[in-house]
Amino acid sequence: MTDKPSKPPRTEPVQSATFTPAVNAEIRRAAATGIYDIRGGGTKRSVPHFDDLLFLGASISRYPLEGYREKCATNVTLGTRFAKKPIELDIPITIAGMSFGALSGQAKEALGRGATAAGTSTTTGDGGMTEEERGHSQLLVYQYLPSRYGMNPDDLRRCDAIEVVVGQGAKPGGGGMLLGQKISDRVAGMRDLPAGIDQRSACRHPDWTGPDDLEIKILELREITGWEKPIYVKVGGARPYFDTALAVKSGADVVVLDGMQGGTAATQDVFIEHVGIPILGCIRPAVQALQDLGMHRKVQLIVSGGIRNGADVAKALALGADAVSIGTAALIAIGDNDPRWEDDYQKLGTTAGAYDDWHEGMDPAGITTQDPKLAARLDPVIAGRQLANYLKVLTLEAQTIARACGKSHVHNLEPEDLCALTIEAAAMARVPLAGTDWIPGKGF
Amino acid sequence: MCGIVGLFLKNEALKPQLGELLSAMLITMTDRGPDSAGIAIYGDEVSDMIKLTVQSASPDEDFPALEQSLHSLKGDNPKLSIRDTHAVIHANANQGDTIRAMLMSSHPNIRLMSYGQSIEIYKEVGLPKKVVERFNLTSASGSHGIGHTRMATESAVTTLGAHPFSTGSDQCLVHNGSLSNHNTLRRQLNREGITTQTENDSEVAAAYLTARMNEGDSLGEALTAGIADLDGFFTFVVGTRDGFGVLRDPIACKPAVMAENEDYVAFGSEYRALVGLPDIEQARVWEPEPAQVYFWSH
Amino acid sequence: MPIIDLSENGLRHLNETLQSQAQGTNQQDWEIINPRGSHAIAVGLDAPINVTVAGSTGYYCGGMNKQASITVKGSVGPGVAENMMSGIVVVEGDASQYAGATGRGGMLVVRGNAASRCGISMKGIDIVVEGNIGHMSAFMAQRGNLVVLGDAGEALGDSLYEARLYVRGSVKSLGADCIEKEMRPEHLAQLAELLERAGTDADPASFRRYGSARQLYHFNVDNASAY
Repeated sequence: MTDKPSKPPRTEPVQSATFTPAVNAEIRRAAATGIYDIRGGGTKRSVPHFDDLLFLGASISRYPLEGYREKCATNVTLGTRFAKKPIELDIPITIAGMSFGALSGQAKEALGRGATAAGTSTTTGDGGMTEEERGHSQLLVYQYLPSRYGMNPDDLRRCDAIEVVVGQGAKPGGGGMLLGQKISDRVAGMRDLPAGIDQRSACRHPDWTGPDDLEIKILELREITGWEKPIYVKVGGARPYFDTALAVKSGADVVVLDGMQGGTAATQDVFIEHVGIPILGCIRPAVQALQDLGMHRKVQLIVSGGIRNGADVAKALALGADAVSIGTAALIAIGDNDPRWEDDYQKLGTTAGAYDDWHEGMDPAGITTQDPKLAARLDPVIAGRQLANYLKVLTLEAQTIARACGKSHVHNLEPEDLCALTIEAAAMARVPLAGTDWIPGKGF
Repeated sequence: MCGIVGLFLKNEALKPQLGELLSAMLITMTDRGPDSAGIAIYGDEVSDMIKLTVQSASPDEDFPALEQSLHSLKGDNPKLSIRDTHAVIHANANQGDTIRAMLMSSHPNIRLMSYGQSIEIYKEVGLPKKVVERFNLTSASGSHGIGHTRMATESAVTTLGAHPFSTGSDQCLVHNGSLSNHNTLRRQLNREGITTQTENDSEVAAAYLTARMNEGDSLGEALTAGIADLDGFFTFVVGTRDGFGVLRDPIACKPAVMAENEDYVAFGSEYRALVGLPDIEQARVWEPEPAQVYFWSH
Repeated sequence: MPIIDLSENGLRHLNETLQSQAQGTNQQDWEIINPRGSHAIAVGLDAPINVTVAGSTGYYCGGMNKQASITVKGSVGPGVAENMMSGIVVVEGDASQYAGATGRGGMLVVRGNAASRCGISMKGIDIVVEGNIGHMSAFMAQRGNLVVLGDAGEALGDSLYEARLYVRGSVKSLGADCIEKEMRPEHLAQLAELLERAGTDADPASFRRYGSARQLYHFNVDNASAY
């Protein structure tokens, strides 16, 4: 054997876990443009979520219910505290607020059709109520936002509930944004803005700040609507115990809590990823606040942010929520980010499932766009049926789980039906680590 | 979040009505603050005397014991006047420090609500109407007073969490709003030797002002410094032995209404709080400007 | 003329009665007595009736008004005529914060002073203030006209869109993207019409006009400090 001097083995190239390719690309983009990255959706990071919780199904000490004949009821009533006309839902799943402007008219129609078929409600978004949505939604929640775009007393009177939006999970403390590309003439008209410009939204309400003044605002809204409509107060996940208590003290009928997984049409990526907490960390504190005030089940709690399947629904209810709300999942059900448009996603420099530049208004699926050609790709009747199917599956899955836990109503699910796979989930959900009786975290 | 009321009497003839007027103003603000309520009354002072207002959750046990401790002091016997869960100790001015130290060391269950020549503070958990009744505040008389009804934002609903907060002789503060850097300030003040007893942001503001005044600032100077050092949303009404001051933060979202005529200067979070005052129709009603210190003194 | 005593009959009765007045109602004129600083007086009205409030009110007097003419013989709390759609609200005394907030139509007249955030987020309402206005007025004002005979506080018209601001007195400071603009004949004519409608006596030529510089309409990194 000859002793030829050979090249030594090279060091394996290693990418930094801190300065990842994606991070570096973002730094380069920021350097090139001088503006923060704006996108839609909720957090894309992996955070403790419902997947880390498991149900303890019936065995020897607990007995399950048969399917079909042994009913597991799913109905829920919202707004029993003060409203003359509370809302009756067939299922504990509602469609969250998404604006016309962020979504096409066809998409809003599809959501209305699907929700109505499933016996539940949709919610308007930042921009006001459209005729299509009021026409197609049997139950419509009207959002009352800092921007007050399109706000008027007639729509307040013809909605079924009013949702005062203090914040949302994607950006607690932030306003809304709808960049110029999506301010079509129709959207501009509804919002009293010039067409084609970047629209900024305020982060606080214009005529009240704080729960003591919110109380007076809620009084005004009730006086305008004859005390008929349930009034919801929506907050993003931040200080859920205090926020829930204050919402109750300011007179809310329903509290809506949106975790960081909750989507937005467009806001800064840093906001979505680094402000606001996961929904899993919101529910128990909120329920505790209600219990401490003697208001659990009297003021209803709706939670949202990353609800994807019937297990998520059941887990949220088990932790004490009265209902859940879906946004992103509803859009996916009607065709958002569908692989059938993969060629178009590629042309936009992305791929099905990752597309989030909704503010650019070029959505191949025709959902988060005002472009008439793209929007025409969505058939509202078909899409409505898809949503109704999906809602049905969510409900059936939740019922299956509830029956397996011996419940004749999904509201009888309780925290003791759950255990956790991770310490974080155990601490946040306040349920024991599987196979143990250990709940990490301070005493409560 | 909260309701604030304040009344500064220019006309001495109204002094016997101070408690009655202030109580009515306070009760009108109940919706803004159902959790707890408190009033600081600046009543009659006797020269060379000091008043300490204390509170106990078990007055039947603690106050007799306190009375005994007071009798064991050197010099004249301090007098203890009990009102429900509170009691006012009237003592010689030179006994003040001793009594405060004794309270801390021998009576840990008794809380000091206020001390000074003129001030008495009564505060408890519960609706303003109830608080007024239990301490018989409608019969209080004095030259000026401040009241507060609380809707707790982040700290607990407790007696100690109620306003007004007193951190200095004859000083007190009430706050409507929400500070955002109070935790950092609290730690700083603790390092400087100023202690606080709650997690309440308002107590930090009171402690901050006291700290600055201990270092020689006038109340006006301390409030002015507060504009820069205190972050967040606030309307403050501050009481001192001679008068009261009002300050709103630069953004000024929290409400503030003032009324003034020959007989009084009044403050309320809402105009509603002022409607029962004598001759209010003829008073000048205005709203304080942001980031500007207002002060009235005798 | 029907008189509603708020202290006797309560707020629900007051608003229910006024809200139920239909288009061709016989009862054109109403008086509300004993308002005593109460909130939400005469909100959500929707008929061309005349309502007089004999005294001072709390928050949101005349909120979301449609068609009605409301006159307050006193002062009002925060948010008078908020989100008004049409009609006219006249305040003979002073207005508090957020006067005319998000108003979409109609006219708000304040004979005294208005406080901070007058006309915040206005969307088509016309506001005439005979006294002064406070800081952050016309913040994000989208559409409509704000006329001020007195002085304006800090940061007037911050982030405004297409609303027009006419101020006769001094302006403490202008907000982001708000600049003084030329007064042309069409502006003088518009201002004259607004003043007449408000029953306010002032010479349009003594006013200055302020509006959006429109630099924030499309994001540019060089304007980042304005945000």
